[in-house]
Amino acid sequence: MRVINTGEIVSNIKEMCIEANYKLASDVSTRIMDAYKNETSDLGKLILGQLCENMNIAENEQIPICQDTGMTIVFVKIGQDVHIEGGSLEEAINEGIRQGYKEGFLRKSVVSDPIIRKNTMDNTPGVIHYEIVAGDFIEITVVPKGFGSENMSRIYMLKPSDGVEGIKEAVLKTVKLAGPNACPPIVVGVGIGGSFEKCALLAKKALTRNLDEPSNFPHIRKLEEELLEEINKLGIGPGGFGGKITALGVKIETYPTHIAGLPVAVNICCHVNRHITRIL
Amino acid sequence: MGLEKHIVAPLSKEEVQNLKAGDYVYITGVIYTARDAAHKRMYEALQKGEEIPFSLKNNVIYYMGPSPAREGQIIGSAGPTTSSRMDKYTPLLLDTGLLGMIGKGYRSQSVIESIIKNKAVYFVATGGAGALLSKCIKKSKVIAYEDLGTEAIHELYVENFPVIVAIDSNGNNLYENTDIIS
Repeated sequence: MRVINTGEIVSNIKEMCIEANYKLASDVSTRIMDAYKNETSDLGKLILGQLCENMNIAENEQIPICQDTGMTIVFVKIGQDVHIEGGSLEEAINEGIRQGYKEGFLRKSVVSDPIIRKNTMDNTPGVIHYEIVAGDFIEITVVPKGFGSENMSRIYMLKPSDGVEGIKEAVLKTVKLAGPNACPPIVVGVGIGGSFEKCALLAKKALTRNLDEPSNFPHIRKLEEELLEEINKLGIGPGGFGGKITALGVKIETYPTHIAGLPVAVNICCHVNRHITRIL
Repeated sequence: MGLEKHIVAPLSKEEVQNLKAGDYVYITGVIYTARDAAHKRMYEALQKGEEIPFSLKNNVIYYMGPSPAREGQIIGSAGPTTSSRMDKYTPLLLDTGLLGMIGKGYRSQSVIESIIKNKAVYFVATGGAGALLSKCIKKSKVIAYEDLGTEAIHELYVENFPVIVAIDSNGNNLYENTDIIS
């Protein structure tokens, strides 16, 4: 049995919130810089040039990459041999968010009730997903998720007979609908299988994957590659003004599903695809 | 790409009518921020015949809620938010004198019709370039709805703020006509 104090969780979450909002992971920033080199439309190239400059200013002058510093999504894997002491885990996670958004000069973008809509002024609560796993560690992934792209995400309950073609159609339809609204070039996270809520969670998890690491399943890897190519053929381009780079990557996560169903969730993320993982 | 132009805000009607979809425009002058919650309040006030915090006449609204400024900074990150969420409120604001909007993404048909009717203009700034765009903001102060936090109305003084004309006063729409840029 390993003991982890909530204080350690608070300080790590705080640091991760800040770090994620000022510097993109190298897999994402490299793809943005490559897109700048490869884009052929004049306006598309101009916009990608701005995005490269924006990343430099954000890091060097400590200004968040995007003013939408997100609702804070937190994935927590808790080893079953870990004992957490020092109070409630959920409170510790939210305290980490609270401190990170205050000390990091990040925007407070959360309202306490979806209908009354009063800003909580500290970006809490986060959206927290727990998973109990084997081992004596805690793995935390923080995803500050912007809502320009979140709003353009969709779930489709397809029929098994729709197959791969149906999945592709659903993804392409969602990307077209998102158009310029989701701040292309985008990253597309796709969840396939499970149930209604499970496929949405898979799609969100897919967005946290390293863009340089394809799926371990050959048929899914093929689908990721084909979808990226077909999305870029849509010609939406940077900023939605036309061009050959509409997406920086497509990541797919799957799960077993029911004999009657083929759930597909498409979670869109803008080019500011922020995620950071630490293991305690 | 269209022409490169420099304009001053508040706008003049004549100048707006010279702008064409695809033009790359640098704005200098005073503009106002408002996003979802501030739009709802202004819309409800106008419907009741009440005053709103600033005159819309010939002015530009920037759909933006900044991140907080550090000590010594004028403003934090300050890029555009998705315009379509303001569509419900926009025609009334245009009818009340608003002449320009800065955001990102599509507009509804009723907004496009109102842009044509009022000879207004819809600009877009680059989404996700909030750090870069913040460098063009030289002054910022909250003038109303402070309780809304980041959604409060800010009066900004901008210099050479870079935008693209997405929908011009004749209703030409850059999003529907990417030939303009090739």
